[in-house]
Amino acid sequence: MSDVTNGQRIATISVLVDNEAGVLARVIGLFSGRGYNIDSLTVAPVDADLSRSRITVVTRGTNAVIEQIKAQLGRLVPIHKVADLSADGPHVARELGLIKVIARGEQRVEALRIADAFRAKIVDTTIESFVFELTGASEKIDAFIDLMRPLGTTEISRSGVAAIARGTRTII
Amino acid sequence: MNAEMNHAETPAAGAQVLLRALKEQGVEVIFGYPGGAVLPIYDALFQQNAIRHILVRHEQAAVHAAEGYARSTGKVGCVLVTSGPGATNAVTGLVDALMDSIPLVCLTGQVPTHLIGNDAFQEADTVGITRPATKHNYLVKRSEDLARVVHEAFYVARSGRPGPVVIDLPKDILIKPAPYVEPTREPHRSYRPQTEPDAGQIDKAVALIKNARRPILYTGGGIINAGPEASALLRELVAETGIPCTNTLMGLGSLPASDPHFLGMLGMHGTYEANMAMHGCDVMINIGARFDDRVTGRLDAFSPNSKKIHADIDASNINKVVTVDVPILGDAGKILRALLERIRSLNAQPDRAAITAWWRQIDSWREKRSLAFVQPDAPGSIIKPQHAVRRLFELTRQSGRETFITTEVGQHQMWAAQHFGFERPNHWMTSGGLGTMGYGLPAAMGVQVAKPDALVIDIAGEASILMNIQEMGTLAQYRLPVKVFILNNQYMGMVRQWQELLHGSRYSESYSEALPDFVKLAESFHGVGMRATSVDDLDRVILEMIKCDRAVIADIAVDQGENVYPMIPSGAAHNEMLLGPDKNRDNAEVTNAGMVLV
Ligand SMILES: Cc1ncc(C[n+]2csc(CCOP(=O)(O)OP(=O)(O)O)c2C)c(N)n1
Ligand SMILES: [Mg+2]
Repeated sequence: MSDVTNGQRIATISVLVDNEAGVLARVIGLFSGRGYNIDSLTVAPVDADLSRSRITVVTRGTNAVIEQIKAQLGRLVPIHKVADLSADGPHVARELGLIKVIARGEQRVEALRIADAFRAKIVDTTIESFVFELTGASEKIDAFIDLMRPLGTTEISRSGVAAIARGTRTII
Repeated sequence: MNAEMNHAETPAAGAQVLLRALKEQGVEVIFGYPGGAVLPIYDALFQQNAIRHILVRHEQAAVHAAEGYARSTGKVGCVLVTSGPGATNAVTGLVDALMDSIPLVCLTGQVPTHLIGNDAFQEADTVGITRPATKHNYLVKRSEDLARVVHEAFYVARSGRPGPVVIDLPKDILIKPAPYVEPTREPHRSYRPQTEPDAGQIDKAVALIKNARRPILYTGGGIINAGPEASALLRELVAETGIPCTNTLMGLGSLPASDPHFLGMLGMHGTYEANMAMHGCDVMINIGARFDDRVTGRLDAFSPNSKKIHADIDASNINKVVTVDVPILGDAGKILRALLERIRSLNAQPDRAAITAWWRQIDSWREKRSLAFVQPDAPGSIIKPQHAVRRLFELTRQSGRETFITTEVGQHQMWAAQHFGFERPNHWMTSGGLGTMGYGLPAAMGVQVAKPDALVIDIAGEASILMNIQEMGTLAQYRLPVKVFILNNQYMGMVRQWQELLHGSRYSESYSEALPDFVKLAESFHGVGMRATSVDDLDRVILEMIKCDRAVIADIAVDQGENVYPMIPSGAAHNEMLLGPDKNRDNAEVTNAGMVLV
């Protein structure tokens, strides 16, 4: 996940925050107010007592910009920890996609074949439609969607990236 | 006395708990303005004497007054405004405090919790609006959070890089009983800014300083915010090493202006010697400044041959604008102490001979006398604004009174920064980051509340002063003898200067038409009005103003065509300064890239 195009890199940043009202708005406001990109963003509580949430932001920029983003996140008051997973070592990043394909006849059969190749699950079906569930790296979901689009009407819902370091490293 | 007096089991109303928490946090004065949503707080204020309330005439002024109070005392300023328009009026002041890192807690009223989101009367999404205008903000939705949030807000406002904090208080929370809790030993779950510098970074900095041949100290508001001890340590460091020192607009007073090592302010309207020394140095030691665009000029030509040390309490300031060689995260005072101790213990003072040669070079730049101006002395001559500031400085100094200077925004602000010599920290309050016209009068008011016996002077422009002129009423009500010293050039002079230099002298909408009679205006607000129209009147008016024990507006008619020099034009480098209207004009053409800059 470290595409390098004209000095830019993609960074997957994990942020551990207090699970309080407005904290997501602070993070999003920081990105929009300072002109940073958000490729994807996910958030959910992660502590047993729901006291803290983990936000995963996928962003892009030069190294200097990524460093600024981390420093700016770090100065938000309800933030416990900021970690740049893509810089700190190997990590796993996964996304879930729900892809509805409305198709008949040969297209419908083709959709099934592709889904099988991708090991996508069928979570809903009618005579005219499927909803596939697919988990994996964002690129895999991109590729799956690209193949499905020509087969009929498609509707996409994606979760955004959740990520975690490999091995024993933690951010808690 | 008896058990019934102990209210432990019947908690007091939220408004009372709020005041108790404020008292616990050391609040003595609140600057505020009432309204429906905060009536319970005003009722509680009415029934106690520990906290004084200063009734301003506009909520923006309440915030600036609290800023003046905070900057002159080092304490957290406190503001109280009502919901809706009260809160929105305060926003300019909050952003001003955010940009200049001033610690404030602003209490805003809010509609009751069950009406939030219903477009109720005087409802505004205050936490939404003030989120990017504050260091942090809170909406108190549960009574049991009230006292904790107040304690936390004060901790956040004053810790690390200080800033404004808003607490939005729904009316039902103020009326319902709320439990009181004491401040906890661990003041915050997540916010614990690093103040102690890393020893390894200190050593790296000291190694650079030891081998420096042309070092410079470039210091900013971070030293002021670190308390007067930090300024004293800066003075020691300068004396120990002989290193020349320049201040940002926010840092004035951290090194006494009379110290021979002081090069004056740097940046767009800084001195020639300060900017040339920044350009030519081999080691730059930035303590508590942030490479602001007013300071650096064109970035790709900024101090091209130096190693840079940057000490800052805010990690996001480091490598934001200028990439540095030795970052040091921490409190400016602690960093200065560590540097000084290490330099002493290792005998790491820079080479004496090199420093002497560097000073010879700097002295040759000083000979340009870049702040010089000519005041014609024939009777009846028009007053040069620089001369007015100089005389104000000299006569206030001779008076022996402790003097605080605030300013509005424009040319007069720059002349005040250039020509008034600041000997101590916390005696100079100006809107640096946001550049807010209308700042100076309410800020002076806040200073005067904190320092009732001091001489507090707002150096103003005739346009800026009208932006918060209503505060003359507050001065009268509380007998605050603030002096407003207007350099009246009948223009938005700073705008006019840019139009002259960049827009072909087309003075679009920058003439101050239909000005009030400032003498009568002062009188109508129960103050004293004075006027000087020629150089013959100036000293007399200043002396009368200093003597007067009431609020004064001194309307000083100054040369309308005067511009602030020296000047680094937009998009130019430090060594491309304009020294005056006709000197070296052509070596500093403003580029197209420069035109887009503010
Ligand atoms: C609230 C606000 N509006 C507009 C400006 C832009 N501005 C900067 S200086 C200035 C003119 C100030 O005129 P005056 O107060 O007479 O000061 P002078 O420059 O003449 O000394 C203006 C309009 C500003 N800084 N603040
Ligand atoms: Mg003017």
